[in-house]
Amino acid sequence: MNKAAYAPPPSKATLGPIAELRNVSKRFGDILAADGLDLSIMSGEFLSFLGPSGCGKTTALRILAGFEAPTTGEVLLDGEIVNDLDPFRRPVNMVFQHYALFPHLTVAQNIGYGLRQRRPRPPRDEIERKVKTALEIVRLEGFEDRRIWEMSGGQQQRVALARAIVNEPKLLLLDEPMAALDRKLRKEMQIELQNIQRRLGMTFILVTHDQEEALSMSDRICIMRDGRIVQTGTPRELYDQPRNRYVAGFVGTSNFFDGVVESVAADQAQVSVKGGIVLAGRAISPVAVGQEVSVSVRPEQIRLERANAADRPGWPVTILNRIFLGEHTEYLVKHESLGEFMVLTPRQAELSDGPFNAGERLMALWEAGGALVLKQD
Amino acid sequence: MTQRSRNLLLLAPAGAWFLVMLVIPLTVVLIFSFGERGAAGGYVPAFTLDQYANLPARWAAFKNTLILAPAGTLASLLIAYPLAYYLAVRADPRWKTVLLVLVIVPFWTSILIRSYAWIFLLGGRGIPALLAAIGIEDVRLINTPFAVLIGIVYGYLPLMVFPIFVNLDRLDKRLLEASSDLGASPWRTFLQVTLPMSLPGIATGCLLVFILLMGEFLIPAILGGGKVFFVGNALVDLFLQSRNWAFGSAVAATLVILMLVTVTAYMRLIRRLGAQREDVALM
Repeated sequence: MNKAAYAPPPSKATLGPIAELRNVSKRFGDILAADGLDLSIMSGEFLSFLGPSGCGKTTALRILAGFEAPTTGEVLLDGEIVNDLDPFRRPVNMVFQHYALFPHLTVAQNIGYGLRQRRPRPPRDEIERKVKTALEIVRLEGFEDRRIWEMSGGQQQRVALARAIVNEPKLLLLDEPMAALDRKLRKEMQIELQNIQRRLGMTFILVTHDQEEALSMSDRICIMRDGRIVQTGTPRELYDQPRNRYVAGFVGTSNFFDGVVESVAADQAQVSVKGGIVLAGRAISPVAVGQEVSVSVRPEQIRLERANAADRPGWPVTILNRIFLGEHTEYLVKHESLGEFMVLTPRQAELSDGPFNAGERLMALWEAGGALVLKQD
Repeated sequence: MTQRSRNLLLLAPAGAWFLVMLVIPLTVVLIFSFGERGAAGGYVPAFTLDQYANLPARWAAFKNTLILAPAGTLASLLIAYPLAYYLAVRADPRWKTVLLVLVIVPFWTSILIRSYAWIFLLGGRGIPALLAAIGIEDVRLINTPFAVLIGIVYGYLPLMVFPIFVNLDRLDKRLLEASSDLGASPWRTFLQVTLPMSLPGIATGCLLVFILLMGEFLIPAILGGGKVFFVGNALVDLFLQSRNWAFGSAVAATLVILMLVTVTAYMRLIRRLGAQREDVALM
């Protein structure tokens, strides 16, 4: 693969971040679409903005692209403030949600579009060579003269990607690029996109509402809600140390038991939940006695056992529903005070213990370290 | 009922209209064009090419039509395009409908009355008088090709605005963002995306206006004052004044043929431009 053609351009501020948002807000009429965003984007990283629709993630992307000017705050590219720099002057390219390919141009003309806008205009053979390399990278060799409407959705997506990377942008912005693809194709593209990013060393910024997509592809994820960044971190940090209940619910799935903090010792908290039950857990951020919190237990942290060993405290539950997922089985169980919650057991457990059936009464138990005490907000 | 007979039924009203109002009259005109003028006018059956040989006598009418119809189409296009662009791309969506209605408001008054108004505007006490007041003397507007051109643009502008507006209105605005994102300035985006994508609207508008202009009679009659006349005016003159039906028919037949030739050439050009792009409705 022709990596040399896409060596990341030398950065003026090699040690600093390639792009920065400093207290950036954007107001549309009465709506505050972005509220005090602070973020440093490192050269060569794959960063995702993750959140539900309307959380401001697309606004953040459009501010980086230059389609929206921030109402307050500063946007920096390569150490320079670019708040008022027109999109066509920014060394940033975007892969649009519905690709926005030019229907009156061929595949090659689409991909070469950005190169043809440069002044001085590169020689024709240089454009051709770069377009060819870009087509190789997205595995569409030989499609140069096709028309856009002759291409499938997945192929159009690749053309859109090629049209952006061929310009060697400092930032490649991807606005829910996989939203229009079917599930299988999406999975393939996720892997491919990640490979391309690693190979080219380009900085990718992805906007998505699909947590699985963000978790599997990103170096870092920026969780957004109501125009604000809730938490930024590696997928693992977000999964293991969510700042609050919202993050824990958005990254992976979890069971939440709401209650009030009864006592705190170091980072261990005792939380009184429904039915006078007290659950212990590790507080990710400091909590105070009397504070309303949620105890979060991931479904895979919970074990189900038939034998009721007296020395191990467990919760007697009834199995309401069982979903076989192949390597895992998902159970919906009910405790008379704690209510319903999910349990995910590996196939291994079933092989030794035999499958559990709906209606069966069992013990559910988890290690103390598996429970997290999280702030509500 | 079979599919075939149902299709026939669907086509019958238009077919009958077409036959009675177009095919038969056109055949009559063709037959007359080979005949002769009667002593007291009208038509006497004959088979002669004399009428066609006499066509150069009406050369001025053909020349005016063949110059002013394309010129009027072009002038309408140049004025209509920016307007349509503004309405489709720039105008506040809340005002779009109101502005569109304003474009067709002039149609609520007869073209005859509106053209008469231009007689005053372009006449000695109109614009030339204003120009004289600021020191530009002796400008004659009325009864010139320019006056006819103004009348044409004024009368046919909406016909050009609408197809272009519809085309630009449907244009995916994200394409413009994509172009900007890829480094094209607004002007280059216009040249490389907006303009090529709006060619179908331009083609439709030009065809509509051009065909109607080739048969135009009213505007040159009023604003050309007998000095700038179209083939349409020559026909009125031949049929109603000179009562020379045979020669009139030859002129009419020639006009129809000219129109067929120019429109066919035009359609071919458009198809060649559009051959690479049957796509425009895509997305």
